[in-house]
Amino acid sequence: MTRQMTSDKILTSEMIAEIKSYFPRYPTRQAVTLPALHIVNERLRHVPLQAVVEIAELLELAPAEVQDTLTFYGFFKQDKPHGQTRAWVCRSISCALLGGEEVLEHLCERAGVKPGETTSDGKLTLEFGECLGACEFAPCMLADKTLHKCLTKEKADEFLQSVK
Amino acid sequence: MSNFEPVLLANIDKPDSHTLRGYEANGGYAGLKKVVSQMKPTDVTELVKTSGLRGRGGAGFPTGLKWTFLPKDHPGPIYFCLNADESEPGTFNNRILMEEDPHQVLEGLIESCFATDATTAYFYIRYEYPLAFERCQSAIDECYQAGYLGKNILGSDFSLDVYMHRGAAAYICGEETGLIESLEGKRAWPRIKPPFPAIEGAFRKPTVVNNIETAACVKHIIDRGVEWFQSIGVPKDPDNPRDAGSYGPKLYCLSGHVEKPGCYEAPLGLTVNQLIEDYGGGIRGGRKAKAAIPGGISMGLLRDDEFDCPLDFNGPGKHECLGLGTAAVIVLDETASIVDYLHNCCRFFAHESCGQCTPCREGTSWALKMLDRIKAGRGRLIDLDLLLEIGDSIGIMPGTTICGLADGAAWPIKNAIRKFRNEFEDYIKQTNPNGHMETRPVPAMELVQIV
Repeated sequence: MTRQMTSDKILTSEMIAEIKSYFPRYPTRQAVTLPALHIVNERLRHVPLQAVVEIAELLELAPAEVQDTLTFYGFFKQDKPHGQTRAWVCRSISCALLGGEEVLEHLCERAGVKPGETTSDGKLTLEFGECLGACEFAPCMLADKTLHKCLTKEKADEFLQSVK
Repeated sequence: MSNFEPVLLANIDKPDSHTLRGYEANGGYAGLKKVVSQMKPTDVTELVKTSGLRGRGGAGFPTGLKWTFLPKDHPGPIYFCLNADESEPGTFNNRILMEEDPHQVLEGLIESCFATDATTAYFYIRYEYPLAFERCQSAIDECYQAGYLGKNILGSDFSLDVYMHRGAAAYICGEETGLIESLEGKRAWPRIKPPFPAIEGAFRKPTVVNNIETAACVKHIIDRGVEWFQSIGVPKDPDNPRDAGSYGPKLYCLSGHVEKPGCYEAPLGLTVNQLIEDYGGGIRGGRKAKAAIPGGISMGLLRDDEFDCPLDFNGPGKHECLGLGTAAVIVLDETASIVDYLHNCCRFFAHESCGQCTPCREGTSWALKMLDRIKAGRGRLIDLDLLLEIGDSIGIMPGTTICGLADGAAWPIKNAIRKFRNEFEDYIKQTNPNGHMETRPVPAMELVQIV
């Protein structure tokens, strides 16, 4: 296994500037942890350990403190980037009553992945989500910033075509 | 009820309802002008206290009373957190307010901060609401431009900064001290109370945490007065000195097996039947109802013969439900399986338990494993008693956990097995004809499930 050289910095000066722009908002640097993780994740689609080390340095924390927060939220991936599109299919009760789980199964089958996995071409990560707060449009899916409403298997297939 | 005039959703269908221009065209920020020029913070607090407004986030704690717990003459800073981590399954009223009428929420927030002497407010919003995030951020930017936020608001001594803070998909962040820990950059582990946030909250300073809909109600109480607010809803029960009443309008979220799911504004005290029939267009496909969740999945179920239950702060509790919760009504028709329903609830809570308290972390996972096994045709009748035992032993009520997540996880278990025991027994007997009387431990099994 190769070890990443610590001299290879991951955070760009643009990311660092954006992270620092959050400092005046909070009385502590630690409070910038979640914003910083989001800033890195939006650009790299994951937050590698080296980024955690660099965020910790900026926030004057031990890397373990940032890592502790990161791992609490299942949201941030660490080992490898999620797909170009990341989609959450709701599996909570309002969606489940109207076929949400079947839509998720269908999508996974068609895309050849299990929930949480990324397609081999790196284009799509499919995940289950807990209640997306759009129950009037059940079953629903959030793909990046787009809410897909009242899903059917046909609509799911169209979505898969669109991210191909 | 017929002369009820909606206020919270009054403007959401108008074009530009989410912009400052649209909001001001409908009289927006007139209340704030009155507040900063003519009222003292204590006047606003007194007004909200007298109105009887109770928190709309689920617990129903009187909002004005919560504000009075802040220390008097504190040198500051005092923080205000707006809880927009709406994650209780079935609940989406806050999303609609933030997407379609964010200034209504902001005006209530600014007035609430004026009342509590808060100088910084954080708008803690769940990650899954990108449009709401965008709309609220734009509304904040517009407010700074217009002088409704920032230094010396509208020429007064009152200054306030508001910042959006995005969560990362964790249900526990809706618990007010979990929210505070998450805001501080830590894992969202709820704190032991006391101290309550009003004494020691965000960054160890006095803090108020209020729900989005609560803030919107504050705005309308200031605009329309206490008398108006108390003319809506269900008055205090004169025979119960501890009842604080259920005053004001409420946003009901209706989903599941109904013809017209949606968010509807009605006076507190609307019955489940009225919501389904008068607003929701009845049960989908002309079927019969079987049960309904009155306020998010933590609350348990009402059977169809209990649909005359008023959806106020007291109603659902009289039918062995945990309470009104978020007033998110989820309807199950006659084709729905209560076993599947409970499995879904248990899976949610096992996934969302924050892991801090062992009884909750282990109890929710154990309950899910049993439901997995029952659904796989290896259930035992004795499992139902075991599930009830778990239900009775996790939560604040038995005194074994720090926060109420476990109570919300336990309630659907206890409620469903007590109200629908026959259905569970029939299911277990039919799916496990040879093993349902087994009392010895069942060997662990590999379950092949994709979700």
